[in-house]
Amino acid sequence: MTANPSGVNSVSYLEYKGRHKGIKSWIFSTDHKRIGILYLISMLTFFAVGVTFGFLMRLELFSPGPSIMDPQTYNSIFTLHGIIMIFLFIIPGLPAVFGNFFLPIMIGAKDVSFPRLNLLSWWLFVAGGLLAIISVFLPGGPADTGWTFYIPYSVRSGTNVVPALLAAFILGFSSILTGLNFVTTVHRLRAKGMTFFKMPLFIWSLYSTAWIQILATPIIGITLLLVVMERWLGVGIFDPALGGDPVLYQHLFWIYSHPAVYIMILPAMGVVSEIIPVFSRRTIFGYKFIAFSSVAIALLGSLVWAHHMFTVGMSNTAMFIFSFLTFIVAIPSAIKVFNWVATLYKGSIYTEPPLLYALGFIFLFSIGGFTGLMQGALSVNMHIHDTSFIVAHFHYVMFGGTGFGIFAAMHYWWPKMFGRKYKIKTAKTAFWFLFIGFNLLYFPMFIMGWLGMPRRYYDYLPEYTPYHRLSTIGSWILITGLIIMFSNLYSALRRGEKTTEPNVWGGETLEWKSATPPPLENFDVLPEVSEAPYEYKENDEVEEKKTEEAV
Amino acid sequence: MFPASNYVDKVDFAFIFITVISFALLALVTILMLYFVFKYNHKRNKKATNIHGSIPLEIFWTVIPVILVLGMFYFGWVGYVDSVNPPADSMVIKVTGQMWKWSFEYPDGFKTDTLYVPANVPVKLNLNSVDVNHSFYIPAFRLKKDVLPNRNNSLWFNADKTGSYDIACAEYCGLRHSYMYTKIVVITKDNFTAWKNAQIAKAK
Repeated sequence: MTANPSGVNSVSYLEYKGRHKGIKSWIFSTDHKRIGILYLISMLTFFAVGVTFGFLMRLELFSPGPSIMDPQTYNSIFTLHGIIMIFLFIIPGLPAVFGNFFLPIMIGAKDVSFPRLNLLSWWLFVAGGLLAIISVFLPGGPADTGWTFYIPYSVRSGTNVVPALLAAFILGFSSILTGLNFVTTVHRLRAKGMTFFKMPLFIWSLYSTAWIQILATPIIGITLLLVVMERWLGVGIFDPALGGDPVLYQHLFWIYSHPAVYIMILPAMGVVSEIIPVFSRRTIFGYKFIAFSSVAIALLGSLVWAHHMFTVGMSNTAMFIFSFLTFIVAIPSAIKVFNWVATLYKGSIYTEPPLLYALGFIFLFSIGGFTGLMQGALSVNMHIHDTSFIVAHFHYVMFGGTGFGIFAAMHYWWPKMFGRKYKIKTAKTAFWFLFIGFNLLYFPMFIMGWLGMPRRYYDYLPEYTPYHRLSTIGSWILITGLIIMFSNLYSALRRGEKTTEPNVWGGETLEWKSATPPPLENFDVLPEVSEAPYEYKENDEVEEKKTEEAV
Repeated sequence: MFPASNYVDKVDFAFIFITVISFALLALVTILMLYFVFKYNHKRNKKATNIHGSIPLEIFWTVIPVILVLGMFYFGWVGYVDSVNPPADSMVIKVTGQMWKWSFEYPDGFKTDTLYVPANVPVKLNLNSVDVNHSFYIPAFRLKKDVLPNRNNSLWFNADKTGSYDIACAEYCGLRHSYMYTKIVVITKDNFTAWKNAQIAKAK
């Protein structure tokens, strides 16, 4: 392609001097990589807040009875924990941070299709986040409705529900714009020769995710606005006191929020699909099956929302169909897991930190998936619905799955993004703290839930004490792991060994052909693609078979 | 735990059925993963072999899980479908949920805040809320149903064993949600009649 004007590619995106200086060169930058970093910083800030709330909840639950806070505070804290972790951490975690940074590079483009819209979506994200924080300090106190805002409680609560709803509404817009940008970018800006089936699997997962973001998010937006109308104008839509129907609210809420969990998990599956072949140094097993299973999850995942409402009193037909589809949606996830494991077979495996986190993902996500099946079974659901079993399942999928996926992505792409290496050994130590702490924190919740411990409880019956104790101790180990992991990544930025090696891990996707860290427009010459992403052709070269004996 | 209602056996069976299959599959995936990571470590296996995929394998690990989950679905469904239609001769009790207590109104007109029921008699509970959503949950019976302000939800059970069990609120309902507990006391038919007559006398 054409040579770059005025040498925009002579320095990395981190050093490039544009129109603005200092902080303005970041917060007004339309460079997808800088926007990715902006998201990274804001997302991690919110994550720290969310973790703190989680930590405080666990501390309160260490012993039955009131210990460090009153019930009103506890109710607000679990609400804020949910809102922050879902809308400000997991949803933007992979698409907005790593999708923004790597989607254009991995398809061989200079940027996303609409760079300014991209910047706007970050500004909306910050505005929504700030509004959520402001709502905490306004008179009336933080919302105490749970992140689900179920009606009628959310219409009656005297707390600042409306600012929290508007925050979620604005964040939804941010998410829609990102989705729109990604769909367009994938369709319009792929490198020459990169057909859909030559795209990296991370791109497939982002593409499927982007469609859900565009199609499902408006529903929650409208629903939240209707709640605001109900509270402000007294229009009866959901509140039975005004002639509305609270179950309608639950349907509308989950029509978005169930697909939303796939917005959260699909990109993490994409990250795992990138990491496993690279650290096995071989081609991925079943590329098309993994790619199509992302699409299948996006489609089927849009049709199972009412499995969050099995106890609400639905017709047998609805119960039958939603339970049935819930079981079917498990299949594409299972296919992915089997293909990942098969990709390890006859690889030449390097157990570097990204692979460790990816394997951690597979294990924890599988537990999350299997326990999801238990909830999908109608009779069992009647027992464990709204107990801590659900809380455990959700955290296994969203934290053990998506959370570990985000950590895997950080360890995989960190050197590329910043041109600095982190300490491998420390990263592995952090993994084990996280892995052990995680299981100790959440597994007891399965047992408690099965024994009948309801969720969102400030206090509990004495018989659940040992499980709550274990869980709280687990939270301390987990947080220790988080501190080790993040300080390792942070000190890499300050003091880590510099690297300009383009291909840090031996990957074959396009981001490893761009300089480290990438220049403003990613490539000096836009690449052309002739092969599928993980070919590892040198494996096919004829050589004497000495590998067989080396057992 | 011991069977306390007509649902316990079916729910526990479905749960154990799914757990056993899940555990087997999880063990398989985990062991294979660890074995491959060990056996094909780059120190032992210098050069990887490319395998692009295998249609028979893909079919195999699609069809088998489909069959397994259909089995799970089936046991979940048969355990549930019983709970929909209460027997015609059920004793009907009206349950009211409100922030943050339960109350029970018996056919004879008296009200209590602890639920007394006779053993081995089908009991139907009509659930209603006067304020926000609640959920009526008896863990020992493996039974739960949301209690909403605008719908006449109901559930039924047959308590097999005398004893006293917890009733919890399972749908978040505000400040004292976690204290919205009461008891269900299952007593023999004779004791129940005696108790009922005493209540009626008290009400007068």
